[in-house]
Amino acid sequence: MNIFNQTGRYFALLVKVFSKPERHRVYARQTFNEIDNLGVKSVGIVAVISIFMGGIMTLQVAYNMTNPLLPNTLIGLGNRDSLILEFSSTIMGLIMAGKIGSNITSEIGSMKVTEQIDSLEIMGVNSASYLILPKIIAVVMIFPLLYILSVFFGIVGGLIVGPAVGAVTVTDYLNGIQYAFTPYYVTFSLIKCLVFGFLIASVSAFFGYTVEGGAFDVGTASTRAVVNTNILILVWDLILTQLLL
Amino acid sequence: MIEIKNIYKSFEHNDVLKDITKVFNQGETNLIIGRSGSGKTVLIKSIVGLLEVDRGQIFYDNRDFTRMNHRDRKKLRQEMGMVFQGGALFDSLTVEENIRFPLDMFSELSTAEKQKQVDFCLDRVNLVEANKLYPSEISGGMQKRVAIARAIVMNPKYLFCDEPNSGLDPETSMVIDELIHSITVDLQITTIINTHDMNSVMEIGDNILFISEGEMCWEGNRKDILLTDNQKLQEFVFANKQYQRIRDERINDQ
Repeated sequence: MNIFNQTGRYFALLVKVFSKPERHRVYARQTFNEIDNLGVKSVGIVAVISIFMGGIMTLQVAYNMTNPLLPNTLIGLGNRDSLILEFSSTIMGLIMAGKIGSNITSEIGSMKVTEQIDSLEIMGVNSASYLILPKIIAVVMIFPLLYILSVFFGIVGGLIVGPAVGAVTVTDYLNGIQYAFTPYYVTFSLIKCLVFGFLIASVSAFFGYTVEGGAFDVGTASTRAVVNTNILILVWDLILTQLLL
Repeated sequence: MIEIKNIYKSFEHNDVLKDITKVFNQGETNLIIGRSGSGKTVLIKSIVGLLEVDRGQIFYDNRDFTRMNHRDRKKLRQEMGMVFQGGALFDSLTVEENIRFPLDMFSELSTAEKQKQVDFCLDRVNLVEANKLYPSEISGGMQKRVAIARAIVMNPKYLFCDEPNSGLDPETSMVIDELIHSITVDLQITTIINTHDMNSVMEIGDNILFISEGEMCWEGNRKDILLTDNQKLQEFVFANKQYQRIRDERINDQ
């Protein structure tokens, strides 16, 4: 029964979040702050993880290419398509649920237990909308951009690591990443990113907004937010893959 | 003026407020006093609408708050200011930004006019020098003063303070009490303060409601309180022997 109760409360909160803002200018400013805080400040970690992910993927594909009849260009192609279809969207989504999601839950949860949310309500501000809507817009906007950066850095990672360890030549790798490119794969993953971005921001905000108690409870809520967001990302990955591919 | 009539509130069969009726006057510091856990915070949160009452009515200058729709409540809340126990300042904003926040959200004033109003409030709470600091960079007493400044920046008609002196030293507590009292009188607002600090009661208690275990036990003012024959109030007031001595002196003087 708890899952139905939680789901109901989640949708009730979303209704509150998507009600008319009091002052559009203040919300817009808040959204830009969130884009900087949640998005721009994530570029570094996305770059580092993607470079390693691309490098490792290139090595894995190369070591599994035991058949001499298969051309080495498949190494670049394998890395590119893995990044575009799954790694830079889903894996990055799981990582961002940890980074951005826990940040959102702990920020809103701390505001709840220190009565800052009550303070907003007393002023007549729709606290749910003011705190959560800019975060949802920011993450939904920034996540597709982080995805594109992740694909780029992943391909660069493969280009650095593959030739460096002798798994593939630069020419084969570059030919591979240009071979049989399907633009729809990018469209498909960008759609996934929009859904994952919404899930990361809204589910994490829900757990923060509904926290009761003190600092310990904020920590617990943060963990629950990350776990639940991860599960939802994987479920929606499955659904969207079945529907769109 | 705020009037509450026959307020009841319970949490999962635990009756926290039972039949509370009281009029809180304009231009006076109205105190709700009682031991910890007596229901003071639940009462003040019910009055401002952060908690919904189970039964009873709340009137703000004859406007029935309990029957208002969401939009009217939101409008009325712009006439309220509240100082929370911990200050509840926004960590990510400076002192000045905290005070300006309600103006940015609701007023149509120009930037210069907003700044003038913020400066006035900062001056009122004697914190002009701290305007660019963040809440984490100022003391607890200063945080309370910023919270008061933020609460009055929209020129509220109603001011609520939940334990404004908690965690403060006696001297700072007196400063906060005097500040709230002078603002109440100068701006002619209806102020309700939750406290269990007897010093506050004796300094600024114009109109006092004593509640015990969720029930109204006594009402009066600071002059009457020491001479009360209410058993529960006596236990509360004279837990501090100093007030017992003061009462004995008064009786002897009479």
